[in-house]
Amino acid sequence: MARKLNLRIWRGDATDGGLKDVVVDVNEGEVVLDVIHRVQATQMGDLAVRWNCKAGKCGSCSMEINGKPRLACMTQVASFDEDETITVTPLRAFPIIKDLVTDVSFNYKKAMEIPAYSHPKDLAPGEARMEQVDVERSQEFRKCIECFLCQDTCHVIRDHEENKPSFAGPRFFIRIAELDMHPLDTLKNRKRTAQEEHGLGMCNITKCCTEVCPEHIKITDNAIIPMKERVVDIKYDPARMFSGLLRREKRS
Amino acid sequence: MSQNLQKLKYDVVIIGAGGAGLRAAVEARESGLRVAIICKSLFGKAHTVMAEGGAAASMGNANSNDNWMVHFRDTMRGGKFLNHYRMAELHAKESPDRIWELEVWGALFDRTKEGKISQRNFGGHEYPRLAHVGDRTGLELIRTMQQKIVALQQADKAEYGDAEANLKVYAELTVTDILKENGKVAGVYGYWRENGDEVLVEAPAVVIATGGVGKTFKITSNSWEGTGDGHALALKAGANLKDMEFLQFHPTGMVWPPSVRGILVTESVRGEGGVLTNNKGERFMFNYIPDVFKDKYATTPEEADRWYEDQDNNRRPPELLPRDEVARAINSEVKAGRGTEHGGVFLDVSKRLPAEVIKKRLPSMWHQFYELAGVDITKEPMEVGPTCHYVMGGVEVDPDTAAAIGVPGLFAAGEVAGGMHGSNRLGGNSLSDLLVFGRRAGMGAAEYLKSNGSNPVSDATIKAAADRIEAPFKNQGGENAYSLHQELQEVAHNLVGIIRTGSELKDAIAKIAQIRERSQKVTVAGDRKFNPGFHLAFDLDNMLLVAESTAKSAILREESRGGHTRDDFPAMDNKWRQVNHIASYNGSEVVVKAQALAAIPKELFDLFDIHELEKYMTPEEVAKGGTN
Repeated sequence: MARKLNLRIWRGDATDGGLKDVVVDVNEGEVVLDVIHRVQATQMGDLAVRWNCKAGKCGSCSMEINGKPRLACMTQVASFDEDETITVTPLRAFPIIKDLVTDVSFNYKKAMEIPAYSHPKDLAPGEARMEQVDVERSQEFRKCIECFLCQDTCHVIRDHEENKPSFAGPRFFIRIAELDMHPLDTLKNRKRTAQEEHGLGMCNITKCCTEVCPEHIKITDNAIIPMKERVVDIKYDPARMFSGLLRREKRS
Repeated sequence: MSQNLQKLKYDVVIIGAGGAGLRAAVEARESGLRVAIICKSLFGKAHTVMAEGGAAASMGNANSNDNWMVHFRDTMRGGKFLNHYRMAELHAKESPDRIWELEVWGALFDRTKEGKISQRNFGGHEYPRLAHVGDRTGLELIRTMQQKIVALQQADKAEYGDAEANLKVYAELTVTDILKENGKVAGVYGYWRENGDEVLVEAPAVVIATGGVGKTFKITSNSWEGTGDGHALALKAGANLKDMEFLQFHPTGMVWPPSVRGILVTESVRGEGGVLTNNKGERFMFNYIPDVFKDKYATTPEEADRWYEDQDNNRRPPELLPRDEVARAINSEVKAGRGTEHGGVFLDVSKRLPAEVIKKRLPSMWHQFYELAGVDITKEPMEVGPTCHYVMGGVEVDPDTAAAIGVPGLFAAGEVAGGMHGSNRLGGNSLSDLLVFGRRAGMGAAEYLKSNGSNPVSDATIKAAADRIEAPFKNQGGENAYSLHQELQEVAHNLVGIIRTGSELKDAIAKIAQIRERSQKVTVAGDRKFNPGFHLAFDLDNMLLVAESTAKSAILREESRGGHTRDDFPAMDNKWRQVNHIASYNGSEVVVKAQALAAIPKELFDLFDIHELEKYMTPEEVAKGGTN
C-alpha cells in the first residue's frame, strides 16, 4: 500500500540554507504533514516544523507547498501526481528561524495595535440580546484560525518588507471588520482608523488572501471592500468634510 | 548551566495558555499581580481550540426548568458519583456567570429566537445546556480570552507606557521543572524552543494549566501538546495525582483513513440527531442502556425520534448516554464483528437534517470529513470509533482555591486538575470547568500572595534543573525519543486502554518501567536550535510518569466505573465509590494509595432521589444521609 514519495524540504536557518531531497514512504489518505513527521522520525530527527491539532483547527502548520501558502495538515498527498516531487518551504513573508519554522511575531505585534472590543457600559452580563443574523456577520471573521497564510501571501508585505510598519494585513482587517460589525461594540471610527492607522488603503483587492484562507472566509469581499467603501463615504462626504474642518479648527 | 541564562521575576507564572491558563491570567492580572503566561506553542494554538460542541452552563435559555441543581445532578451522575462534590457544586453554580462574562469581553455565541445565548443538547445533560458557536466553540473561547489578554495589555500600555509591563506571554517556551525553596514554590525553569537557551522565572506562585495526556496513547484526539507535562511537573514537585485510572475515550473519533484516526467527531452530531448503527443497520445503543439510567432513556427508536420534537413527553435517545457508555458500546459492537470495514461503526446525521442545516450547525465536521476522508456527511454516514480524549484524573486540589494539596504556592486548573469530573466527564463540562476553575486558580494565587512574598531560588536548585536539560546531549549511543514514544503509545493503548485486565496491567507496569529506564539514555541528534527530537525527550519523560500513574492506579481498582473498565471486574461496586486513588512520586517511582472520598454534605445529598442514590452508595451511606 505504501509508495515512495520524493519530498524536497528547505533546511537551514537565517544565515544559510537550501533544498534537501528525501525519499519517504507515503500511505493512502496521508497529508503532507504525515510525511514530514515520518521524515522527522526516521531520517531527520531535528527537522523543525510547527504543528498542533493536525485537523485544520489551530493554524500552526502553515508553510508553502509547491510555492503555495497552505496548511500541511489539510493538504492531501493524493492531490499531487504520483511522480510529482512535493516541495515544502517556510512562509516567505516572515524571517526564518529554522527549516519550516518562521518568526511570526509581526502578527502578534499587529494584534496589539487593534483597539479591543468595547462593551456598552450600562449592559450587565447576561443582558445582551442579539439576533442570530446580526452575529453571523462577525462570526464569519471569528472563524479565523490565525494561520497567517493571508498575511504570507499578501504582496503588500510579501515583497515589501518596508511596508510592514504601516500595514496590519488581511488577518487584522477582518479583526477590525469583525469589531466594526459587532452588534454591541461601542468604539467609534474603526473604519477610519483602519484606513489611517492600519494601512487599509494599501490593499488593492487582488483577493490573494481570500484564495489561500483555509476557513474560506471571504476576506476581501466581506471585510475589506465594505470597509473601503464606507471609508470613501466618510472621508469624501462634502458635508462631513466641512464639519470635520470646523472641528479641527476648534481643537487647534 | 548555560552561559546566557535568562532570569525573570513575576508574582505568578501560569504554565499553559489554553482556556484555564488564560482565565487564570486574567483573574491574576485584574487582582493587580504581575503575570507571566508560558506556553509550548504559539499564543492561541492551545488544544482548547479543538473543543467543538460547547460550554455547559444552566442559563436556562432553551429550557427554563434548568438550574444549577439539575446541572450538579447530571455532573455527579455522569461521573458515577466519584466527583468531588464541592467542585461539581462550584462548577454548576458559577458556569452561567463565566459564560456571560465572555460576552462582555466580545464573544459572539449563537442566539435563540429571543436573542439570548443558544443552548444545545449533549450527552448526559437533562436540558439543552451548551452555549456554542456552530461546532467551533473552543476557538471562540480561546480567541475571546486571547483578545481579553490583549485588552489588559493595552490598558497597561496606557497606564505604564509598556503593554507587557505586567502581563506577558512567553510563547514556545517549555517548562522542565517547578522549583521549590524552603518547601514552597519559588519559580519555574525551562528552555526556549527556538534556540534551546535556558530561562529561570522566579515567582512565589505557579498555576499549572497544561491540559491533558492524550499523546501517551496511540489513538487520540489530542494535539502534540497533550503530553501530561503539568501532571508530571506537579508529581515531581511533591503534589498528588488523583483518579489517574480514569481516562475518557470519546466514542466518536474518525477511523479512516489511517492518518486521521482519532481526530474528534463532535458529540454535537448526536446532539443534533445523529444515530449510531452497526454493519447490520441496527441502531444498537438501545441494547446498551445500563440499569442506573434505565428510566431516563428511550427504549424504542420511535420514542427516541419523538424526543427531538417534544422533550417534555419523551425520553432521550440512548445515543446521548454519557460518553463512557457509548464508547464501550461501540467497542463491543466492533469486537462482536458488527463493525465497519475499518473497525468503527456508522454515525449518520444525513437522514435527520437537510444539507444546509448540517453545514450551518456542524460546519467544521462537514469540512473535516470532506477534505480529509472524502466523505460528504450531508449525504452519507461517517465511520467512527473510540479515541483517547480526556483525563479525568489530575492534580489533587482544594476545590475553592485550586491550590495543589501538599505544595504551598502551587495551583492547578482545567484538565490537569483532578476531582471535578469523577470517573467520567460529560461533554460540555470541560469548557465550563476551565473557566470556573481557571478563575478560581487566579484568585487562589492572589490570596496566597497576600501572605507569601518572593522566595529566591538558590544556585544549587538552578544547577540541578540545568543539568537535566543538558543530559540528552551528553548521552552517547542511546535510542531516539521518537521510537520510545511509539513504543509507549503501543503499551498504553493495548494494555491500559479502553478495556483493561489485571494481568495486562501488570505487564504494562513492567514495560513502562523498562521504557523509562531506556529513556534515561535518550540521545538527541543535532543541536539545541528548534530541535523536535530534543523537545520530545522531555515530553516523553512526562508521559512515562503519567502512564505509570494510570497503570498503577488502574490495577488497584477492582471494579468498572466511568473511564475505567476492567474485563476481570466488569461490575460497578458501591464500596469502590468511597475510594480515590492518590499517586505520588518518591524520587524513583510512582506510588499509589487509596484515600477516602470526601463525603457529600446533606444539602447536596438531598438534591437526589434516594432510590437513585441507592444505585451508587452503600446502604450505610444512604442511611447516613450525607454529612452534617
